[in-house]
Amino acid sequence: MIKVEGLTKRYARTIAVDNISFEVDKGQIVGFLGPNGAGKTTTMRVLTCFLPPTEGSASVGGFDVLEQPMEVKKRIGYLPETPPLYPEMEVVEYLRFVGKLKGISNADIARRVAEVTERCALGDVRSRLIGKLSKGFRQRVGLAQAIIHNPDVLILDEPTSGLDPKQIIEIRELLRSLAGEHTIILSTHILSEVEHTCERVIIIDRGKLVAIDSVANLTNRLRGAEAVAVEVEAAGGHPDPSDVQQRLEQVPGVSRVVMKDSRDARLLFEVESLQGRHVRADVARSVVGAGWNLNELRSVGLSLEEVFLQLTAAEPKEKEAEPATEGGQKQ
Amino acid sequence: MKNIFLICQKELKSYFASPIAYAVMAIFGLIFGWVFFNATRDFIRFSFQSQMMGGGGATNVNDQIIRPLLGFAGTIALFLVPMITMRLFAEEKRTGTIELLLTSPVKDIEIILGKWLGAVALFVCVLLMSMLNIALLFAWGKPDLKPVLVAYLGLLLQGATLLAIGALISTMTRNQIIAGIATFFASLLLWLLSWSTAFDSSWLPQLLNYMSIVTHFENFGKGVLDSKDVVFYLSMIFLSLFLTSRSLESLRWRA
Repeated sequence: MIKVEGLTKRYARTIAVDNISFEVDKGQIVGFLGPNGAGKTTTMRVLTCFLPPTEGSASVGGFDVLEQPMEVKKRIGYLPETPPLYPEMEVVEYLRFVGKLKGISNADIARRVAEVTERCALGDVRSRLIGKLSKGFRQRVGLAQAIIHNPDVLILDEPTSGLDPKQIIEIRELLRSLAGEHTIILSTHILSEVEHTCERVIIIDRGKLVAIDSVANLTNRLRGAEAVAVEVEAAGGHPDPSDVQQRLEQVPGVSRVVMKDSRDARLLFEVESLQGRHVRADVARSVVGAGWNLNELRSVGLSLEEVFLQLTAAEPKEKEAEPATEGGQKQ
Repeated sequence: MKNIFLICQKELKSYFASPIAYAVMAIFGLIFGWVFFNATRDFIRFSFQSQMMGGGGATNVNDQIIRPLLGFAGTIALFLVPMITMRLFAEEKRTGTIELLLTSPVKDIEIILGKWLGAVALFVCVLLMSMLNIALLFAWGKPDLKPVLVAYLGLLLQGATLLAIGALISTMTRNQIIAGIATFFASLLLWLLSWSTAFDSSWLPQLLNYMSIVTHFENFGKGVLDSKDVVFYLSMIFLSLFLTSRSLESLRWRA
């Protein structure tokens, strides 16, 4: 449904997207994952025909974004990072306007507006001014706007950013209910977001493609690679931090030890394991064996940055290429 | 065509949903009404006096009230146009709604024509309001209708030209205030150009004079419909809207 080949987008001095290729099949929900400034929005803007690519090509439903933008635009529903709303319009008035703009005929417009207000639970605010709505409702109006013409492809830029947890769950449920009939690409910088809603993940960092995989495969690849917070206390007197560090590093399977904090006699370390290794038991044994007290041992989830480290460490080639992308960092 | 109408309708609606439409109409109505009142009062005084002196001077409503009044209306329009056009594109760029328009299956030129026609429609509302005053003259006097209609056509063309220039400037910034100020000075400049050629007949002042937007209104004001002036306004509109479409497209390459 979506095909991107060798896509590069260069701004005056920076490379926002650097030679990215991927394909998305019909009916899939794909998460577009990357830290802020990774080039997610730029890629989406190319797909929606808002920005032309510098190099490479992108097509939606077999239509090229440069050659047949009208056909592409008809098939795409797009929710930018800030929903494109007119605050002086009422919700229904706005949806009618967007619907007609997207080419819905006068005969169908009322039915479509009723359908999307129902679907996005906007019934209570249908005749309120958009400018007076809360952030969560605005996001839903934005989503309603994107699906009003029943597009084949939905492109959503950070659909849950800035929402409270309850609203996030509502939006996620809405997205899952939309899957199947629509092909969805959604961008996010939150890992759990992808786990909850997507079937496949495309990870990009500083404009470069890091990984494309199914969510299940990706979690498999990362399974076991865990980070553990360890708090150590000496029974009497102060333990020597470098001593403890050394001892922790010697535990088999540990890849990295960082001291996070020290308070009185207590020292807090973060221990990261190699992939596929469970180190918690060994860490505990080692600490206790040295005669120190083990106050706390808890696993901390891998942050997105650590996922990147893991992924790039697994593919050394990618790591070598990293210094070359520094130009794109600002973007 | 359908899209142009849709966007035009949306623009006009949002003018009336915000204070802009009311502010523009109120300012114009007040100034125009005041000038109309003064002109009419002076005219009545003058005609009484000339009757008492023994019917000497010929009095003509067209020459003594309507022509100076509508000429003045053209000048006020210079100041109103920036208020109308400043938000056209600048606001959509600031709030990001431009992304909605540019990713919808609508041609750029449809967006531009729709927005410009929306602005022109508001300007027509302003002109319609001034017709109330003129209607009073028709109710109690017998002015010539044709020169009035020609003058209004001139006002409309002049306004539409300035609105097209304002639309162009509004695509260049995301700040409404800057768009408004720049449009104001552009209109002022086009107005001042007519001052460049008092008695000089060499080519440069003549050219500048030709470029002035006010020079071309003079004939309309006299009730003379000259195709030369119509062509000038239409070509200025075409040029401005063409540049607007270029500017809008450059947005895609720069943004």
